[in-house]
Parts: sequence; C-alpha cells; structure tokens
Amino acid sequence: MKVQLKDIHKHFGSVHANAGVTLCVESGTLHGLLGENGAGKSTLMKVLSGFLSPDRGEILLDGKPVSFSSPAQAVELGVGMLHQDPLDFPALSVLDNFLLGCPGHWLLDRRRVRTQLMELLAQFDFQFDPEALVSDLSVGQRQQLEITRLLWLGVRVLILDEPTTAISAQQREKLFLALRKLTEQGKTVIFVSHKLEEVTRLCGKVTVLSHGKVTGEVAMPCPTDRLVRMMFGQTITIRKRSTVPIGQPILELDHLTVGDWRLEVKSLSLKVSEGEVVGLAGLEGSGQQLVMRASAGLLRPEGGRVLIAHMDMTGRPYRQFLEAGVSFMPAGRLEEGLIEGMTWTEHAALVERQLPFWVDWAMASTNAARCIQEFNIKARPATYVEDLSGGNQQRTLLALLPPHPRLLLMEHPTRGLDMESTESIWGLLLGWTRSGTAILFTSSDLDELLDRSDRMLVFFGGQARVFDARDATLEQLGEAIGGKGFE
Amino acid sequence: MGFRTTPLLLRIVAVAGALLLSGAALLLIGASPVDAFGLILSGAFGSPSRLAYVITAWVPVLLCSAGLLVTFAAGLWNIGIEGQVVMGAVFATGAIQALQNTLPPASVLLLAALAGLLGGALWGVFVGTLRFYGNVSEIFGGLGLNFIAGSLTVYLVLGPWKRPGIGSTSGTQPFPPSLWLPAFKGFHVSPVEILLGLGAIAAIAVILRGTRFGLQLKAVGKNQRSAFLMGIPIERRMLLAFGLCGGLAGLAGWVLIVGTSARHNLFPLISSGYGFLAILVVLLADLNALWSVPISFFFAAIAMGSLQLPLQRQLDSSLGGVIQGMLVLFVLITQGLQSRFIRQERR
Repeated sequence: MKVQLKDIHKHFGSVHANAGVTLCVESGTLHGLLGENGAGKSTLMKVLSGFLSPDRGEILLDGKPVSFSSPAQAVELGVGMLHQDPLDFPALSVLDNFLLGCPGHWLLDRRRVRTQLMELLAQFDFQFDPEALVSDLSVGQRQQLEITRLLWLGVRVLILDEPTTAISAQQREKLFLALRKLTEQGKTVIFVSHKLEEVTRLCGKVTVLSHGKVTGEVAMPCPTDRLVRMMFGQTITIRKRSTVPIGQPILELDHLTVGDWRLEVKSLSLKVSEGEVVGLAGLEGSGQQLVMRASAGLLRPEGGRVLIAHMDMTGRPYRQFLEAGVSFMPAGRLEEGLIEGMTWTEHAALVERQLPFWVDWAMASTNAARCIQEFNIKARPATYVEDLSGGNQQRTLLALLPPHPRLLLMEHPTRGLDMESTESIWGLLLGWTRSGTAILFTSSDLDELLDRSDRMLVFFGGQARVFDARDATLEQLGEAIGGKGFE
Repeated sequence: MGFRTTPLLLRIVAVAGALLLSGAALLLIGASPVDAFGLILSGAFGSPSRLAYVITAWVPVLLCSAGLLVTFAAGLWNIGIEGQVVMGAVFATGAIQALQNTLPPASVLLLAALAGLLGGALWGVFVGTLRFYGNVSEIFGGLGLNFIAGSLTVYLVLGPWKRPGIGSTSGTQPFPPSLWLPAFKGFHVSPVEILLGLGAIAAIAVILRGTRFGLQLKAVGKNQRSAFLMGIPIERRMLLAFGLCGGLAGLAGWVLIVGTSARHNLFPLISSGYGFLAILVVLLADLNALWSVPISFFFAAIAMGSLQLPLQRQLDSSLGGVIQGMLVLFVLITQGLQSRFIRQERR
C-alpha cells in the first residue's frame, strides 16, 4: 500500500509539532523516519495511524484520501502502529490479548484464532506460548505479539516507533528479518528511529525531520555525516568558555550500574569537580536520566558507588543527599519542581532552611520579593507559580535552591526557553561555578552542550562516551548521539 | 472546589435544586414537602431543648471536620474516620471502666479524653502505616478498619464488657451521672463540648494557615513528588496528619460516650455516621475551616430536625440524610459543570 502525507500540520498549544510535512512511502518498501527528540516523528506517525487528527493536511492511501477518527479505523483501512511502549494487557494471556482486538464478534472462536496465531508466529520465527501471560514476556516478545496481532487484523502498512530501544540485540535481528520478510510480501514498513546505524542498515530510503519539517530525503546508503547535518542543522560556531578553576571532586561515580525496566547503564565511572560543568547528551531514554537520578539519590544503584565530596553515599536516602549539598532540578517544572496552586511566597516559606514552628508570613513575603528581584523573575510574591512563564518558572526553581549548592544536577535547564532566558540562567549558573558549584546537566540542544560544558558524556543505549567540549564538533556529537562509535 | 468558591448564583441553584429534588422524593411517597421541611425546622429550632440537641450533635461533627481538614489538606481520603471515632469511644470507655472507682470524676473524664484521643490517633496512624508500608490505599485500609472497629465494639459489648447478668447489643453498663459532662442549668448542653468543638476547628485553622507543618501538608497534598524533591519528609507528614485526624475523631468518640446527649455507655455503631457526615461537611466547605462551622451546624440541624418526622408523621427520619446527600451532590455537580464549562471556553 502506498502512503502519502500531504502538508500535515499539527499544533500542541504553541508548539508546532508538524509544520507542513509531506511524505511519500512507496508500496512494499522499508522507509526510515529519522530525527532527534521533538522533531515531530512520533506526532506524524500518530496522525498517520489515527491516534491524532491533523490540524491541516491530507492522508492518501493508494492515492485515495482517507481520514481516521480512531486508531481502530486506521487499522481497518490497513494502517497499524507499534508504539514505543507496548499497548497490551499484561494481566491477560497472549491469546486473550489477541482476541481483544478481534473486531465484530460476540462469540470468540478461540481454537480457530489460536491456529491462526500459531501460523503467523511460525512464519516469522517468533517463539512463545499462546497461553503465557503477557506480563511474563520480554519487551521484545510483546512487540512481536503486537506486530503479529496487527498483521492478523489485516494491516498492510506497519509503523514502528523506536522499536529497538528496549530489546536485546538478538531480538533486534529477529525483528529486522521479520520486517524484511514483510516488505517481500508487499507490505509497507515505516521505521521511526534516531539510530543512524539501524536506519542505514535496514531502510531503502530515509526521510529526516527536524523541528517539525522535512529537512531531507535520501536513498540509502548515504554517509552518516550527511544524515547528521540534516538532523541537527549546520551551525558551527567557535566555542568560548570562561576558565573557572577546577577544584576537588564533588561527585564521583565508581563503576555505577543503574537501570530501570527498559535500560541499564553498566559500570559507569565519572568524576565531576568543583567549578566544573559536565553535560550529558543523548536521545531521551539513553541512560543519562538514570545517571542523573542515581547521582541525586533518587534511584538506588544496582552496583558500584556514588560518592559526594569523598563520602560514600551509595544507597542512602534522598534527604541525606540534600543535606550533603546536592540539589536536583527536574525537567518537569510543574510536575516535580514547583507546586501548582501555591504562591511564590508559599514556595519561599517551604524551602526556608531554618525550622521555625510558625511561619512568619511577613518575612516570607519579603524574602520572596528579594529573591524575585535578585533572580530577575517576572512575578509578585502573591503570584501562583503556574501563572509564570517557562523561563520564570525555571528561574524560580533556581531561586528556591539552597544557596551555593555543592553539586547541582539539572535536567534540561533551558528547554523551551527563549535566548534571553537561557542566557540569564547560564549567567547565574556560571556565577555559581566560580564559587565552587559543580554542575551536571542533561540537554538535547547540542549547541548548549558544546557552549556550556567542560566535558560531555554522550549516552547511547546505556553506554557513554566522553568528549572534551573544547575540541568536539557538532558533527562528532551528532554522530555519537546517533550511535556511532558505540559497540 | 467547594461551596465557598462557587459563585453565589450557582450556590443558590445548588441548594434550591437539592431542596426541589428532596421535595420531589417526598411527593413521590405522598407527603407534603412544605410540611416535612417545616417539621425539620421546628424539630431543630422549635424549642431550647431541641436546639440543645442540635448543638450536642454538632460537636462530634465539628471535631471530625477539624480532623478531616488536616487529612484533606494532605490529599488523603480518610474514610477510616468512622473507625477512629469508634476506637476513641472504646479507649475512653476502657479508661473510665478502669479508673472510675479509684480517681475523682474530673480526673477520670480528663484521662478518658486522652485515652480517646490516643485510640483514635492509633487507628488513624494504622491506616497511614498500611498505606505507606503495606501499599494499601487509605480508602480501602480505612474502610476495612471501620469494620474491624465496629466488630470490636460488638465483641466488647457482648463479651468482656457486658452488663452484669444480661449481655445485649444495647451496650455496656451506663456510667454514673458523676461521669457525665456537666451541662448548663435548663439548657442541656455542656460548655466543655462546645469549647472543645470550636476550639478544635480554630486550632486546626491556625495550624494549617500559620505553621510550617500546615504549609508542608498543603504542599504534600498538592504535589507529592515536588514536595518530596524539596526535601519534605512526606510519609512522616502524612502519618502525622492521620494521627491528628484520628485523635480528633477519637475525641469525638469520647464526646459520644460522656457528652450531654450520650447514652453514657459503649454500644455498637456508636459513631452514628458522624465521621461520614463530616466528610460531606468538609467537601462542601471547600476544605475551609471557617465555613465548616456553619455547614456542620446546618447538617446537625437537619439530622436532629428530621428525627421529628417519624414522631409526628409516618415519615422516616432518613429524609434528613437524603437532603444532606442531595446538597453535596448538587454542589459538586454545579461545580463539575462549571469547571467543565470553563475548560471548554479556554479551548
């Protein structure tokens, strides 16, 4: 089935996630969709699979315009999507999951469906027991189940959104074989990824998205540096970083192993010293968040040690990290940082270090006014934090930190902020590094990483490579983020 | 969200709607709404002794409301408050039984109050412990503990604490009048009760507004994750909230044992739904301490006034509960519609 998207627009509030995307995928091909986080890949694919409806634009299947009101309708017309996180029912058996999506029948013919399922599974060399509980399957097997289910429902266009993030190398090979087989059968596969190597290996043609627009379409094979340029743009500037003297190590990760259900960072060692700024790069979910949260005492390491100012803090509670001078600034400003429904003054009173029984509201208000001025925040003490702009919320988070943290851990400190806010925040932070604060931050903005860090760690699939910010280039960084140089 | 922040017009609509629908329910069973509402009013305020009854029913609701203001501030649904009232009554009864022959009555009453406070607080902290260490939602944990507390009273009343000779579910042996709270002459209300109820609400209002604990509770209730990252020990704060609420509920249990309208003994179902009524009060008052005072009074008046229905007409006193429930539903509905309307406008 031939898929055409014409001039697709999709807004989320003020974010223009798809700004006029036009894309054509020929029948029976394996087409790659490449782009960094937030480039608009997932949005575009959700539009194509009926999860989102576009604000503007047209979808054509085999030349006929279609519009979906739901994912089920898209499946009926032949378009199915495999999501990054499996959308199945872990408490049910494989066969029950299969039957749940079965349209239009009140009475279920378990035996017939079971035979069909077994045939499909055998065809793609997927091995698992139809009576097993889905919760007992690996993520890879759950994907296989979902693919089988979509095919069984008659899907002729299969979209896979970052399918390889959580599966083993072995299962990846199996998946790739299955995808090739599908195209041989005349089915169309759209493979969404940020991994250069996979896209290069697997796809016949690749479309690159950046900031909601198509920045290039190339037939494979194609040199990776060209793809990187299309993904990240071409700005190459000369980097300057003021020289702040580097002091004693504050954060020491000693063969740290930390993981969650989908990813593990194994045996990472890192030292961050007074006055130093270390940037963590990589696409979302490559391991940098795990390292960040383990350093903050929010995630218990599975192995190795975390030292703060030479003191072994491994496995200690978060409060002790706070007391040791570690400050963590989460990415979700209103989710994990500030408290919606409370005013600036109330926040100021909450983080007051001394422990009086009574809150002195007059003093809290004065303190708040002083902080607001000092950090150049557009707010009044009585302003509710949710009414602040993103930049002002970010500065509020900084203002609420204890003065002169020894180690400052920040997730995406300037995400979504304009140039001016970004400059003012880094100005503040630079001042702190001069008085000895060590900074570890994650960012998806390569320029920010290169501009602000002394060193960078690029994460890919849980592994990390170290770069010196003084002689690293945007291309190197981009390629590393896409997986070049990793095993 | 609550009565306080709803625009005046909507509040009137809500109250009118509740009365209309309750009236319709009355018509359905062939009674005159005007007559029934009149009876409730005169039943509540018709004579000084009736007003006294309303006031004595008001106090336990006030105490429970004060406690619930704390748990609601922390974002917790303390459904277990009924059980906490019961445990307060059980502990208070136990203290009185153990001490009544050895200490002067005033000391016995005071120690019984402390025992009631302790009993309720322990039962409350138990709910919190189940939540934090057993991963049991406070709603289910509280509900389960309500049943256990209720069964415990039945066991005590029929077993260890049964009346000499005949053990019956009508309760334990009543305490002598020396262990009743002293009432005004000619107005059967104890100043101790009133001071306790109003004092509790005032104290909670001050704690929530003016102390660091209150501020931290508010933060925990609005966003646990942010509060945790700011370094607030959220579990300890929540346990303390449960303890405080349970303690006040336990005091309500004590009032139900020794108060002026009490039967002066322990009997099954002693909590009489006052805890649940207080949940409605606090919801309607939008978690505002000041507003819970008149609203709880109003609810107590409806509850006591409707007792006249079966006495003077062939109507069931549960009509009072119908009106109370309708009120809360209507206020919540108008608010729900209002916020939905506003959200749509924003889109």
